[in-house]
Amino acid sequence: MSETTEVAATAQTGAVVSGASASLWSDAWRELCRRVTFWVAVVILFFMGLLAALPSLFTNLGPNGHCDVRQAKQRPASWNPFAAGEHPFGTDSHGCDYWAQMVHGTRAPIVVGFLVTGIALTLAIVLGSLSGYYGRLLDAFLSRVTDIFFGLPLLLGAVVILTAFPSHGMFTESFVLGLLWWPTMTRLMRGQVLSVRDADYVQAARMLGARDLRIMVRHILPNAIAPVFVYAMLNVGVVIGYEATLDYLGVGLQYPTVSWGLQLSQAQEIFTDYPYLLVYPGVFLTATVLSFLLLGDAVRDALDPRLR
Amino acid sequence: MAEEILQVQGLTKHFPLTQGVLFQRQVGQVKAVDGVSFELRKGETLGLVGESGCGKSTLAKLLMGMERPTSGTVRFEGRDVFGLSRGELRRLRRRMQMVMQDPYTSLNPRMTVGDIVGEPFAVHGDPEGGRRTRVRELLEIVGLDPEHVNRYPHQFSGGQRQRIGIARALALRPDVIICDEPVSALDVSVQAQVMNLLADLQREFGLSYVFIAHDLAVVRHISDRVAVMYLGKIVEVGDEEQIYDHPTHPYTQALLSAVPVPDPARKGAEIVLEGDVPSPANPPSGCRFRTRCWKAEDICATDEPALEPRPGATAGDDAGSPHLSACHFATEKIVRG
Amino acid sequence: MSAPLLEVDDLHIEFRTRGSTVSAVNGLSYTLDEGETLAILGESGSGKSVSAQAVMGILDSPPAHVTKGAVRFRGTDLLGLPEKRRRAYRGARIAMIFQDALSALNPVHRVGDQIAEMLIVHRKMSRGDARKSAVELMDRVRIPSAASRAGDFPHQFSGGMRQRVMIAMALALEPDVLIADEPTTALDVTVQAQIMKLLSELQDEMAMGLILITHDLGVVADVADRIALMYAGRVVEEAGVRDLYARPAHPYAEGLLASVPRIDVRGRALTPIKGAPPNLAAIPAGCPFHPRCPRARDRCSTEVPELRVVSAGADPGAAPAVAGGSAHRSACHYAEEVAGG
Repeated sequence: MSETTEVAATAQTGAVVSGASASLWSDAWRELCRRVTFWVAVVILFFMGLLAALPSLFTNLGPNGHCDVRQAKQRPASWNPFAAGEHPFGTDSHGCDYWAQMVHGTRAPIVVGFLVTGIALTLAIVLGSLSGYYGRLLDAFLSRVTDIFFGLPLLLGAVVILTAFPSHGMFTESFVLGLLWWPTMTRLMRGQVLSVRDADYVQAARMLGARDLRIMVRHILPNAIAPVFVYAMLNVGVVIGYEATLDYLGVGLQYPTVSWGLQLSQAQEIFTDYPYLLVYPGVFLTATVLSFLLLGDAVRDALDPRLR
Repeated sequence: MAEEILQVQGLTKHFPLTQGVLFQRQVGQVKAVDGVSFELRKGETLGLVGESGCGKSTLAKLLMGMERPTSGTVRFEGRDVFGLSRGELRRLRRRMQMVMQDPYTSLNPRMTVGDIVGEPFAVHGDPEGGRRTRVRELLEIVGLDPEHVNRYPHQFSGGQRQRIGIARALALRPDVIICDEPVSALDVSVQAQVMNLLADLQREFGLSYVFIAHDLAVVRHISDRVAVMYLGKIVEVGDEEQIYDHPTHPYTQALLSAVPVPDPARKGAEIVLEGDVPSPANPPSGCRFRTRCWKAEDICATDEPALEPRPGATAGDDAGSPHLSACHFATEKIVRG
Repeated sequence: MSAPLLEVDDLHIEFRTRGSTVSAVNGLSYTLDEGETLAILGESGSGKSVSAQAVMGILDSPPAHVTKGAVRFRGTDLLGLPEKRRRAYRGARIAMIFQDALSALNPVHRVGDQIAEMLIVHRKMSRGDARKSAVELMDRVRIPSAASRAGDFPHQFSGGMRQRVMIAMALALEPDVLIADEPTTALDVTVQAQIMKLLSELQDEMAMGLILITHDLGVVADVADRIALMYAGRVVEEAGVRDLYARPAHPYAEGLLASVPRIDVRGRALTPIKGAPPNLAAIPAGCPFHPRCPRARDRCSTEVPELRVVSAGADPGAAPAVAGGSAHRSACHYAEEVAGG
C-alpha cells in the first residue's frame, strides 16, 4: 500500500531529492569520520581521558606516593619508556616516580578545562538566548554587564582573585575562571540567536501560537548552537593552557595536588640540567591543547561546509 | 451573499524611523500600511496585488496578529483581533493560518517533516485519532508520500517543501489562510501544481484565502476579488473581472499593461510608467500615485481621493461586489482585451 | 558564408565536488546573429546561467569544468585562448548584466567612477574624458540628471536605476554581444517594463546581439526574436518566437505554456507539469524529460533524442523551415506529433 502511495506522490510532485543524507548532524558525522586530524585528536584525547579517569590502570602508585628524596632527579634510563626499568620517566626533584606524577597530573587540567567551559557555556546559552531573544532593556542590561566583564584582563583577573583566596582547590579555580570566561561565548551566542530569531520558521511557529519556551528550545537553540558549541570545544584546550599557566605562576593549584603546570613549575629551576622534567609535561600539555583545537576545527568544518 | 469572515477597517501601521543607539529619537515614520479597509467573505479568495514597498507583507503580519497596528481594527467573525487576551488570540490562531513565501527558509532545517507538520498539535493539543495518523493524513492531502515523515526539509524540492508548509497551515483546520506570495519562489512548471492544490483545498475544506502576490496573472487566476495596493493604500478594488477587464485607476491600468503576456502576437506594454515608487517614509501629498500619473492635475496634489464607487466604473453585479476606485478621474480603459 | 557573431557548439560543463559530479550543461549549441535577440529560457538548474558564464569566461573553476565544446566569437574559439587574450573579449566584445545589480556594483565607489574605470582600463582614456563619457552613458540609459547622479554610490539608487547603471557599464565599451542574465527578475513589473523597453531600444541603436536569459515566458514573448528552451543542460526546443508559442514541438514547451496563468485570459484551467526538475547529479537516462512527460513511451527512457528540424509536413500551416537561424528544432522523438496538436 505504501508503495503505491509513494509512486503516486512521486508522480505528482517529483521524487525526494536525496535519500542518503538524514540530517545536518549525521552529515557532519560522516564528514568527520573521513578526516585524519579528527581521528588523531580523538585517539590522543581518549588516551588523556583514560589517564584522568582511571590512573590506576597506568600506575599502581598514588599521587605523590612512595616519594623518596634519596632517589631524586634520576634520569630515565633510556628515552624509550618501554625499555626502561623501575622509573621509565625518571624521578622528579622530590624523588617521586615521574611517570606516576604525569598520570596523576592529567586529571586536574582536564577537569578544569571541562568545568570552566561548562560553566561559561551554560552562562552563555542562558544569558545569550535571553539577551538575543527578548532584546530591548534586558539585552541592553546584559550587554553592558558583558562589556564590563569583557574589559577585565582575564589572566590578571584570575591571578588577583586567586591570590586573594590562597586556599583553593580545583573547583574554586574552575569557578573563578568560568566567571571570567563567559563574556566571549555569550556574545557569540547572542549574535547567533539574533540571526535565527527572525527566521521564517520562527515566525511560522509564532503564528501557530507557540510559546516562547517552545520557540527557544525547538527552533532557536538547535539552529543557533552549533558555532557556540564548536567554540566551546576549541575553548577546552585554551582553558587547559590557562590552568597550566596559573599553576606554573604558583597561583593555581597547590601541593599536594598534582598537575602538569605544577610539574613545570617544579622543574623551572633545574630544567637546564634535567630537561626531561620539562619535556614530558610540556609534550603532554601541548598534545592535549592541540588535540582540542584540531577537534574543534574539524567539527566546525564538518558542521559548516561553507567555511572550508 | 456569503457571510463576511474577516473585516478590516482603517488598518494603519507606521514604523518609527529612529536615529541614535542609546538615546533613540524619532526622525520620521514609514507609513507601511495607511488606512486599509476590506472584507473577506467565507469561501472566497481575495487577491492583494502591489509592487514592492506597497505594504502587502506588513498587512499580512497585521492580519496574523504578528504586529500591532497604529490604528484600525481587524475583526474575525465580528470580534476585534487586537482586543483579545493572549489566550483568546492563541485560540484564534487555530482558525487563521499563513503560508509563507520562501519554502527554503520557512521550515526548520533541524526538524523532520513529521515534527514540522505535527507542531500545531504540539502547541494546541493532539487531534482525535492521534497526531501521527493525522500528520500522515495531512501529507497525503497535500500530495506528499506519508512514508516521508522522518525526512528532513532539505531532502525535498521547492514545490514539495511548499506543500509541507501548506500541510502545516492546514493542520488545525483553519477557516482563513493568508497566502503571502506562496508560489513566487517556485519554478514555473511547479507553480501551477501548488496553485491547483490551493484551489482544490479551498473547494474541499471551504477555506477563505487572502492571496498576496506581485504576479498579476497568478492573482487573476486564483482570486474572486482583487484589491490593488500602492504605497500603503488600496487604490482599486473589485471582482476579478472588474479589475482586469475594466480597470479605472491609472495605476491598475499601468500595472496590467506592464505585465508581459506569454503570447508574441500581443507585443509590448502600452503604458510604461516613468520613475520608481516613492519612499513610503515620504509619500506624495494628496493622491500618492500622482507623481507617476499621466492624468494628474492640481486637485490630485491637494485632495486625497477616497476609495469609493466612481461614475466612470462599471457598476458591478448587484449581488454586492462594488467596484471602488481611489482616483478623481476614474475612467475605464481596456488594457488587455 | 561568414561565421555567425556568436556560436556555442556542443558545450559541456561539469561541477566537480568531492564525491559527486553534477552535469550542469550537456551539449548546448546555439548561434546568435548581429542585431538578433535570442532568449534562453529555462527553469532553475537548467544550465542557462552557467552556460552564459562560460561564454563570458567567468565560471569559477574549480568546481566548474568545461569538459567539451567551443564558444566561437566571429569564428575565434574563445575557450582555447590564453587568459590574457581572453580578457580582451570580456567586457569589450561580450558584456554581461546580472539579476542582482546591487552585488554586481562595488558599494564603496561612486557609480560614475565605476563606469569611467572601464574606459580608463580598456580604452586608455584620461580620467577627465572617461568621466565625461560615463555621464553620457548614464544619460543614454535614461538616468535623470545623470551629471549629478554620477557622484552617488550604488546604494543611493533604486533597483531600477541600479539596473540602468549596470547596463551603462556593460555598454561602455560598445560590445557586440550583450548577455542579460535575468535582468528584471528582481524588479517590479512597472520597472521591468521600463528596463525591457530600454534594452530593446539600445539594441536597435547599437545593433548588438542580445542574449536574454530568463524563466519568464511573458518577457520572452515581448522581446525575443528566437527562443532556445533549455532543460537539464540541453536545448530541447529552438524556434522563432511566434512559432514556439503557436506550435510548441516539445512536450516540455507545451507543458510550460499550459501551466502558466495568463493575465489576459479568464478562468483557464492550469495543467501543471507533474514532478520536479531533475537532479543534475542523476539526470534520467534517455530523454531527460521522460519521467515528467505525458507523451513518454518506452523508447524515450532509453534513446536520447537529437535536436533536429521539425518537418513541417505534419502541419500544413507551419512556416517552412528556413535555412539559418529560424528553423524550428526540437529534441523529441515525436516532435511532429506534438506540433500537430
